[in-house]
Amino acid sequence: MSVVTLESVPSRFRLNLATVRVLAGRDVVRFFRQRFRVVGALAQPIVFWLVLGSGFGGSFQLRSAQGLAYKQFFFPGVVTMVLLFSTIFATITVIEDRREGFLQCVLAGPGSRWSVVVGKSAGSTLIALLQASLFLLLAPLAQVRLAAVDWPLLAAVMILSALAMTGVGFAMAWWINSTTGYHAVMSVLLIPGWVLSGAMFPIESAGPVLGSVMRINPMRFAVEGVRRALFGGTLSGSLDQGGSAARDLVALMLFAAVAVGIAAWRVSRRE
Amino acid sequence: MDAAVKTTSAALAGEDAAQAATGALLKVSDLSRRFGSRLALAGLSLEVRSGEIFGLLGPNGAGKSTAFQILACILRPDAGRVYFNGRELSLDDPALRARMGVVFQRGSLDDQLTARENLLLGARLYGLPRPRATARAEEMLQLIELSDRAAEKVEGWSGGMRRRLELARALVHQPQVLLMDEPTQGLDEASFRKFWAHVKSLRKVSGLTVLLTTHRPEEAEQCDRLAILDAGRLVALDSPPALAARMGGDVITIEAEAPEEIRRILRDRFQLAGALVDGRIQVERREGHALIPRLVEAFPAGRLNSVSLRRPTLADVFLKLTGHSLGADQPTPQPARKGRAA
Repeated sequence: MSVVTLESVPSRFRLNLATVRVLAGRDVVRFFRQRFRVVGALAQPIVFWLVLGSGFGGSFQLRSAQGLAYKQFFFPGVVTMVLLFSTIFATITVIEDRREGFLQCVLAGPGSRWSVVVGKSAGSTLIALLQASLFLLLAPLAQVRLAAVDWPLLAAVMILSALAMTGVGFAMAWWINSTTGYHAVMSVLLIPGWVLSGAMFPIESAGPVLGSVMRINPMRFAVEGVRRALFGGTLSGSLDQGGSAARDLVALMLFAAVAVGIAAWRVSRRE
Repeated sequence: MDAAVKTTSAALAGEDAAQAATGALLKVSDLSRRFGSRLALAGLSLEVRSGEIFGLLGPNGAGKSTAFQILACILRPDAGRVYFNGRELSLDDPALRARMGVVFQRGSLDDQLTARENLLLGARLYGLPRPRATARAEEMLQLIELSDRAAEKVEGWSGGMRRRLELARALVHQPQVLLMDEPTQGLDEASFRKFWAHVKSLRKVSGLTVLLTTHRPEEAEQCDRLAILDAGRLVALDSPPALAARMGGDVITIEAEAPEEIRRILRDRFQLAGALVDGRIQVERREGHALIPRLVEAFPAGRLNSVSLRRPTLADVFLKLTGHSLGADQPTPQPARKGRAA
């Protein structure tokens, strides 16, 4: 029998890196392999944007955003919705995958549990970015002037937002450990969280109580960050959402760090 | 446990000398785990020798799957120590994990990937560089006779093919220990035989040590040594023939309309203790063939529906040792898996 010595086992760092790459790469391959997912990823937000945008457009008067069409106002909200739905879809699969799927052999493998969280988060973030980028191709229809877009800010906001949402989704998937339970939390926490982020209506148009909820909602910084990056100097003055790019980025960094941290902490504890 | 089991991967040097001293490649000592008020594993200790096929036999709830999940690093034990090559290791130590390959009962292939991709990911997960991973994947595909299906998505594959691919995936990084949980659950007879032929030939090629859980007597027969578990405790540990020798002799099975009455007559007239299993009377008896004519003559025509004689199986051994049947809490076979939604 061949004697396996210690030297034949790669370093912890290499094993963790391998775990991250396997999980992230697998998510991307799976995404492109499921064509309905790519089509759905593009079609769903378009329908959402057009239907809700047209429906509310006539009746919605934005006090602070004179001359701003509702479809324009709503566009950054749909971008964050794409990120949210994409990460929900990616993390809900963790529940099945952990019990009777590929994730079992990853957990039994030599990578640390931290690397499992990082790998799955990286994969889910990548797919969310891909989907959001596809939708962003429609930006000119929302009168976004591509030359005026702050692309680095947009990329940073989207990456941090997707990472944070993945962390929340992953922690919930691990903790709840049932698909129906996850759906329940999704409809009472995640979807309302998106509605109350300033995606559909501005904070100042809400009442005092709802307004305070919206102000402390971390998803708000995702929406405002995207809006700032897309419309920058051209519209944010008339929209007057306040704050700064630095504030959005710091808030999102904090949100992402806490969310991924909680996910890693939960996953690291073997049951 | 994590506090008790120290990480000593650095101490693995000189492991062969230590192994020679203990004789065990993998040693588990006092492994315990409680779920609420139920003690699933009550201080299990055992030693798996290098190169052997070691089975944990017992019905559902016996604790074997808990033991498997602890060794696979999915579950945390409440107490216990694990030694590999004589050195105590933490269960999540990469040095231990990298030396183990795991086959899960529920299956852990990615349906959206091809057979080759599944093997490649398995290899990459253990840090194999890409060229080596590719070569190993091809090698394994050949060994399990699935080379011609390598480029197919696993989605829709039969249970037998899936299990073979799982086996290949578990071994693609050349582990020393293969850990399997009910590996042939739900497989038909032909797939079962093929799966085990592959396990045995792979063992020959690589000098693999195999540790598996099972509740199938015919699977337990494949093992070199067998630990019989009941209610979280080790009841017996020996080779299958030695365990079978614990039976008095042959097993005679009697089918009758009134089994309780026949059983009473057997006790009173023949001094035979018969056990009632699934409505049939089972009697254990040396030189069983000599008893059969006497039985048939003793009961008037029509009282007995059938009398049969066979060599004892491991299911009989289990019944004798624990007082209940191996299939008592048997789970229903898993339905053939269909393609899962992503």
